[in-house]
Amino acid sequence: MGQTITEKILARHAGRDSVKPGELVNAKLDLIMCHDVTTTPAIDMLKEHGINKVFDPEKIVIMPDHFVPNKDIKSAEMIRKIRLWADEMGIETFYELGNHGVCHALLPEQGHVIPGMTLVGADSHTCTHGALGAFSTGIGSTDLAAALATGELWFKVPPTILFNVSGTLKDGVYAKDIILEIIRRIGVDGARYKAMEFKGEVINALSIEARMTITNMAIEAGAKSGIIAADEKTLAYLKDRSEGEFEILHSDEDAEYEQVINIDVSDLEPMVAFPHLPDNGRSVSDIKEKIKIDQAYIGSCTNGRIEDLRVAAEYFKGRKVAKGTRCIVIPATTDIWKQANKEGLLDIFMEAGATVSSPTCGACLGGHMGIIAGGEKCISTTNRNFVGRMGSPDSEVYLASPATVAASAVNGYISDPRKDLGE
Amino acid sequence: MKAHVYKRDHINTDEIIPARYLNMDKEAELAKYAMEDLDTEFVNKVEAGDVIIAGENFGCGSSREHAVWALRGAGVKAVIADSFARIFYRNCINNGFLAIECQGVSKHIASGSEIELNVKKGELKDLTNGKVYPFAALPDFAQEMLDKGGLLNLITKK
Repeated sequence: MGQTITEKILARHAGRDSVKPGELVNAKLDLIMCHDVTTTPAIDMLKEHGINKVFDPEKIVIMPDHFVPNKDIKSAEMIRKIRLWADEMGIETFYELGNHGVCHALLPEQGHVIPGMTLVGADSHTCTHGALGAFSTGIGSTDLAAALATGELWFKVPPTILFNVSGTLKDGVYAKDIILEIIRRIGVDGARYKAMEFKGEVINALSIEARMTITNMAIEAGAKSGIIAADEKTLAYLKDRSEGEFEILHSDEDAEYEQVINIDVSDLEPMVAFPHLPDNGRSVSDIKEKIKIDQAYIGSCTNGRIEDLRVAAEYFKGRKVAKGTRCIVIPATTDIWKQANKEGLLDIFMEAGATVSSPTCGACLGGHMGIIAGGEKCISTTNRNFVGRMGSPDSEVYLASPATVAASAVNGYISDPRKDLGE
Repeated sequence: MKAHVYKRDHINTDEIIPARYLNMDKEAELAKYAMEDLDTEFVNKVEAGDVIIAGENFGCGSSREHAVWALRGAGVKAVIADSFARIFYRNCINNGFLAIECQGVSKHIASGSEIELNVKKGELKDLTNGKVYPFAALPDFAQEMLDKGGLLNLITKK
């Protein structure tokens, strides 16, 4: 019996020829990603258990991002603790302010992710890195402590759902709309405990950044991981970023999938996920009511990359953010910020009346730098619209692509990015 | 033990412990805000040894283990749900905290009911009417972790 790409990666890292869904395996880890919120407790646990060294400082990457630049004294203390501990452990890869970024944008950008690897991060959106053909999953702080100490973790091999995405995307429709549609179809627990594998002509045609938008949201369907086999585009993306050696793996022809879901996206429209779950998606043209927005947010590990900013900038060129609407643009990493600056995108945003600030997860999780008040509505390129996600439990978050968010910012209400916009 | 029943599905970790409190990580501190965005009265109602009963996919969303610590800090002894989101479930097991899958139970037990939990037998009893709800025993590895008091104890004892 053939194997899926996920089974192959787990088998290789567990020292086995093959594995089957449901089996428990101990897998060796090639990379561990730590950020500010979940790492501090892991450090305390290691110390409490008398563990004074990590398994391999070179396989650990630290990227504080949630509450940077430090939002208050408590977060400043947390990050300081991680900095001191990293020094003590001899962990050199620490992305300090000035080289910082949202971890799931920064990690692949800086060449840490290669196809076929196993990687864990103490953050649920770690599933993003499957876009490069890696097995990548989110964990909590205890798992992180165990991983840092031993370099391995137990996993139940997940069954795989294959998403075969065919057709041609219409203008104004993006990767974000594809994943919002998939989650609308299968629900926020539609892939619970499973691996989501994406393939097909549409996935092949997507850029690596757009593929990351898709795998990023696998967790929003409850998945353990999302994965896309590496191809020529992956190799081109890795060329100047990574020196690691790897082998490209594919699922076998006779691999056993729990389910195969064929999706033709030719008729797909821009999608908006209404409060308060990511599976509450509606086609933008089905929205008949005028939903006035207080804030528009463009950024995050889902849609804060350079291609996203380029798309958004097209809508702001020569236009203004609507009166009564605040617009925040946060390039996801320092390099993206610099590139956007070089291309004049930041000028376009600021001329339009948006504000641009330092890379941070910040507002996406209601941390800082863009919290919304009770009764307010925010349309956002982020990944979650749970109750209180971006601030007050009485606020509302609508999820959409950078194009839809930018068009909505210009109009002041949720808008179809394919329609003519006002000045 | 009293059951605090939330019939809803998809209760997420943002509701269990909102991100505005993630600049803390001690159970006693987090406990003050447990379930705040779902039920502001929860921390006033809950007593040590109580349980939460909920619908499908409990604990979905963020990987923040703070959700487990906030509940345990508030005195919650176990969460019983139709099903759990995977990272939350893993975090429970790794902490030696009881997460029990018992399909449909949230629809039958009234909030505030006194219940009895027999983990070894796999039985939940509603003491208000004597009705018994069976559940599958924990997987062996989870039981071992529970017995040892969590993943790190297991690792250091090995």
